[in-house]
Amino acid sequence: MTTTEATEPAGPTEPVEVERTIESPTERAQRIRYGSILLVLAAVTILLAATTGDGRAAFGLLGGSEVLGSAAAWVGILVLLAATVAAVVLPFTGRAPRATAALAPLLLLFAVMFFKTKGSASFSVPAGATAWTLAVLAVACAVVWVLRVAGGRLNGLLGSIVVIGFFAAFLCWAVAGKNLAFPISNQFQGTLNFATPLILGALAGVVCERAGVINIAIEGQFLFGAFTAALVSSTTGSSAAALIAAAATGVLLAALLAVFSIKYLVNQVVLGVVLVVFATGVTGYLYDEFMQENAADLNTPHVLTAVKIPGLGDIPFIGPILFNQTVLVYLMYLAVAVVTFVLFETRWGLRVRSVGEHPKAADTVGIKVSRVRYSAVLWAGVLAGLGGAFFTVGYGGAFVKEMTAGNGFIALAALIMGRWHPIGATVAALFFGFATQLQSQLQIVDTPIPGDLLLMAPYLATVVAVAGLVGRVRAPKADGEPYVKG
Amino acid sequence: MTTDTEPVVEKPPVRRRSGLPGWAVQALVSLSAIVLALVVGAVLIIIGDEKVKSASSYFFAAPGDTISAALTAVGDAYQALLVGAVGGLNPIAESLTQATPLICGGLAVSLAFRTGLFNIGAQGQLIVGAIFAAWVGFAWHLPVGIHLIIAVIAGIIGGAIWGGLVGLLKARTGAHEVIVTIMLNYVAIYLLQWLLTTSAFQRPGRTDPISPIVDSNAQYPQLSGNRLHLGFVLALVAAAFVWWLLNRSTVGFELRAVGANPDASRTAGMSVGRAYTIAMLVAGALAGLAGTQQVLGTDLPLTDGVAASVGFDSITVALLGRGTPVGTVLAGLLFGALNAGGLQMQLQTQTALTLTTVLQAVIVLFVAAPALVRSIFRFLPRERGLGAVLAKGWNG
Amino acid sequence: MHLELSGLTKSFGSLVANDSIDLVIEPGEIHCLLGENGAGKSTLMNMLYGLLQPDSGEIIINGEKVVIDSPSAAIRHGIGMVHQHFMLVPVFTVAENIMLGREQTRGGGVLDRKKAYARVRELSDQYGLHVDPGALVEDIPVGVQQRVEIIKALANDAEVLILDEPTAVLTPSEIDDLIAVMRQFKEAGTSIVFITHKLKEVKAIADKITVIRRGKVVGQAEPSASEEELAEMMVGRAVELVVDKQEADAGDVQLEVRGLTVIDERGHTAVDNVDLDVRAGEIVALAGVQGNGQTELTEALLGLTPVAAGAISLGGKNITRAGTRERLEAGIGYVPEDRAHDGFVGSFSVAENLVLDLFRRAPFSAGVALRTGEIERNCEERVEEFDIRTQSITLPVSSLSGGNQQKVVLARELSRSLKLLVASQPTRGVDVGSIEFLHKRIVRERDNGTAVLIVSTELDEIAALADRIAVMYRGRIVGIVGADTPRDELGLMMAGASKQEAEVEATEHPTTLGSME
Repeated sequence: MTTTEATEPAGPTEPVEVERTIESPTERAQRIRYGSILLVLAAVTILLAATTGDGRAAFGLLGGSEVLGSAAAWVGILVLLAATVAAVVLPFTGRAPRATAALAPLLLLFAVMFFKTKGSASFSVPAGATAWTLAVLAVACAVVWVLRVAGGRLNGLLGSIVVIGFFAAFLCWAVAGKNLAFPISNQFQGTLNFATPLILGALAGVVCERAGVINIAIEGQFLFGAFTAALVSSTTGSSAAALIAAAATGVLLAALLAVFSIKYLVNQVVLGVVLVVFATGVTGYLYDEFMQENAADLNTPHVLTAVKIPGLGDIPFIGPILFNQTVLVYLMYLAVAVVTFVLFETRWGLRVRSVGEHPKAADTVGIKVSRVRYSAVLWAGVLAGLGGAFFTVGYGGAFVKEMTAGNGFIALAALIMGRWHPIGATVAALFFGFATQLQSQLQIVDTPIPGDLLLMAPYLATVVAVAGLVGRVRAPKADGEPYVKG
Repeated sequence: MTTDTEPVVEKPPVRRRSGLPGWAVQALVSLSAIVLALVVGAVLIIIGDEKVKSASSYFFAAPGDTISAALTAVGDAYQALLVGAVGGLNPIAESLTQATPLICGGLAVSLAFRTGLFNIGAQGQLIVGAIFAAWVGFAWHLPVGIHLIIAVIAGIIGGAIWGGLVGLLKARTGAHEVIVTIMLNYVAIYLLQWLLTTSAFQRPGRTDPISPIVDSNAQYPQLSGNRLHLGFVLALVAAAFVWWLLNRSTVGFELRAVGANPDASRTAGMSVGRAYTIAMLVAGALAGLAGTQQVLGTDLPLTDGVAASVGFDSITVALLGRGTPVGTVLAGLLFGALNAGGLQMQLQTQTALTLTTVLQAVIVLFVAAPALVRSIFRFLPRERGLGAVLAKGWNG
Repeated sequence: MHLELSGLTKSFGSLVANDSIDLVIEPGEIHCLLGENGAGKSTLMNMLYGLLQPDSGEIIINGEKVVIDSPSAAIRHGIGMVHQHFMLVPVFTVAENIMLGREQTRGGGVLDRKKAYARVRELSDQYGLHVDPGALVEDIPVGVQQRVEIIKALANDAEVLILDEPTAVLTPSEIDDLIAVMRQFKEAGTSIVFITHKLKEVKAIADKITVIRRGKVVGQAEPSASEEELAEMMVGRAVELVVDKQEADAGDVQLEVRGLTVIDERGHTAVDNVDLDVRAGEIVALAGVQGNGQTELTEALLGLTPVAAGAISLGGKNITRAGTRERLEAGIGYVPEDRAHDGFVGSFSVAENLVLDLFRRAPFSAGVALRTGEIERNCEERVEEFDIRTQSITLPVSSLSGGNQQKVVLARELSRSLKLLVASQPTRGVDVGSIEFLHKRIVRERDNGTAVLIVSTELDEIAALADRIAVMYRGRIVGIVGADTPRDELGLMMAGASKQEAEVEATEHPTTLGSME
């Protein structure tokens, strides 16, 4: 059915201009690093396949197809398949960035799961055979990647096959022979959930740093947001008021960041670290002195409930993942779209990026550098404050001292891994969310790995990613540099 | 002959330079910052105090009650703080004990600063150092003297590995040290938690994460009848060593040059990557030493709380100490005293210990912004802020 | 527009950068502001453009006193400026750079790129300044970037256009194009303030000349004045425009470069199969417009950038794979083109900077211990020998003037025995007194038998120093010619012509500056 479409990208109709630039030393080093990481991943996949136990690996799914007629289900599958093909074709025709192709295996996976939901709520595969198939696929893709077949145009696609193959084989290995099914829908749903504060925090960082102000204090903004949201939700009973208050305190800490970095020219890494300590101290003190004793009045927030979007929420597999979430998650969707659009398509965004790259150039055309920076840092405070609210009203309920547990720093890592781009930061944050959720799910199904080592994995992965994949990242040129007129 | 690369206007305007030497100006700014921080703390004490709360309920009837309650609350709390910090031999010994790991951790951050690196990873380096030292301390059984030396060396090596890894990654791949150190902090914490569930580390017969107590041969000898131990002397020795390394050795010359201008250093034939690796190796070793002071000096069994927040407080210590060894020792002593006093304050006046965290943050915040302090205390002369010394972004 | 500056004064601390400056710019005139580096030209123009506020004095436009407290106020009053260091955001497109600050929008603050492109095309057609509105600024050559800067000013309807040292990045024929554009503006009634320290340009372009020295206007001059007269006004004393040097007594080949190829960060071939010999006791000058591979070539010689192909040998020894430190120890001295970036550590003292690449050797260290006494003694000697003006040897180098900073760098490099001295832009941003001194020291080093490679974009400097000239264009050496080659021929070679082509073309179509020789 899709074969005719699928063959098309192999022979592009319009002649593709071949760039004959020689590989620079940096590119070469990067290719070697990327390549070796993929090869290592592929090798680990083989190792996993070789040690996978007997029996079948069971996977659970949410969302039956009874709601939608089977005709509609077929339409859904076709749409997903078409999107898969588009993700591969569009980069070839130059209408989308090359990285888009990395989405294709994920979309294909979704299509298969979508199809699977037609039957029962769970399915199983022979663990060993599946792991071996995935391992062979991963090795093949890694080798093709290293050999630079198709001039690197398939890199995104191949890389994502290796990574997804690795994770799938890992799952087969972990749940082989277990009675409990690994809940795939939950995995994705939880990914989004855990990623929500990270994405909001990372977006806050993107906006700040695009304007040239380094924001290490996201963690502090999270703490402020989490504390205030819990307090306001407990006292007023209004979730809307809680979110607004959380955003407001995010802005409060942002204001400190802005004044000290823009007006008093304090080194911004120093400042960020100090503000985190400050926020830890202030929320800790207020918790110790007030909240703890009066927990019933001050620390019993209403946790946001998931709101199913009518229609969209009923789509098999995808619906429960994407459209049965809390309002904070929907706000996050909105934030990703809005930040991306505003940064790259509006006057304010152009100015923000100009003061982050070359503030003096902006000054010479009459832009008030400080004013633009203040506005960027303060608006970013709204996002980070909302991200903080997730920890109490969005997920955990009561406020606990230092409950954000370093998530602000992970948001910072996501922003850097995402190369200061809202979409990149979102993808990186989703990766962290995925790892966190995977860890908690695997503990439920009782895997052979100790929980502490699983908890370690996302952090180690970040080190590998920062060292191997991103390498010498390029921040906005004036990021962290105070601007002094004259 | 082509261009005005440095037009006169780019030179920083010089105004109102005082005749005071730089260190005196810095000391004045730091003192003013401490005063301001105490004012901020006083506000927090007042709003947190029970008596003030009850008196303020009839504030308009008798405002004097509220004010006197407030003054009493602040006075009592700060008196307890002061007594707990320096009120007698025992409090002083406790302050020095608290200061010991802060000094070493602070040096770990300072040394990296001077090489142009932000070492946010003292916490992780300290934890790994403590793991190494503790294991040698309880799993090995060696004679008096030797056991302590070997355990301390093991701790130093552990920290050096954890720190050196950061330097090596930065040198080889350009991975930014802020991200790598933050991530390695978490890896170290989970590593410690996991180890404490294994048979090699968990105390026999226990189910909670705690190791056996280290042999008495491997413990730092006490210096007086209280908790103060030999580790404090080692901290001072470490500070002297760092001073010599930075100011009187070729290695330090290279580290400082790379920290101030990596491009010019490379052009002058230095290896920037080597400097980063050395700096992080030594920084990790210093943090590892702090780890030994925790586990061989004050804590004895290894628990998952061995590092407390020492590694993070080290950053503020280094900032307050402006990246110099002498400054770091002084800042470490101040924060040690605040910690010791804070405990006493919590005990006596039920003011939460977290207040000291706020005080520490506010002190550093003001020290980092001398212009702000000057706008409050107008008599202070001008000085360059921390920002000017360490102004670097992600690209630097 | 009639523009008058009256009694403008600006000081920084004890330094008076501009001392009561009076200046009148008539409508439609090309007014040259002549002064050496550090004379205060940029400070004056920054006040006019609102980047700095004067301590006292007035700016009068069309008879009305105005306050220019920001660049937007300057733009509002019809003043445009093309800065010496281009004020362009490298990762933005040409159109984005031009629209920045007065963006075309579709309402709601959403950018209208189509309209912006159209405006750029309209302006570039009108003045014959060809640019591609969609190109990223970082991808286009410096000459084109300058066009973008000019269009930026025009898009603001500038009536007075300030050009700060605009010719530094241009070949002689590109300078001719710029002169043509300036004349076009003049016809249209736009006045131009042209800031420079180059005497030939002033004579070729100016309607009126104002000379500034040490922050003061020292007088007006006519374009017909001789170069010697102008130089004397600018510096305050008679200046030797030619370095006094003997014929080179060249010895064996010291530096031998064969087939050198360097690929830059972005995958472009920055140095393309270059062959070059420099012999002991001669000065070879590498001429070319900025950005044609000279930087990468010198960095490859020092081992600061990896070599893709080819071989470098020094005194017969292959050093292609050696590290920077080994090369320095093998006898290469290096003066980098951007001294503040690569030449010294600004926060280090003069004494420390003078041993930046020597501190590991005796007598400055013993084992790992530094010998601070020796470092200070060395500093005192060098300060004396090179006449480095500093209040104290413990002061940071960043507090010194450009000329003295450059003396620190050269003093350090010449304080060890060299086989080869590589000096990039040795006198950039340096006052005339220091230029004379630095040139003399470089010639003396040659006379001591050191091979010297000078990289310069300045034809005056090349003429003053070179024994042979190698011209570089797009990473290749297009020809190696004698020191007496006429300026126009060099200019054409700098634009890629071969020696033969250049000879013919130069005689048939002399440029404005070339014909003044």
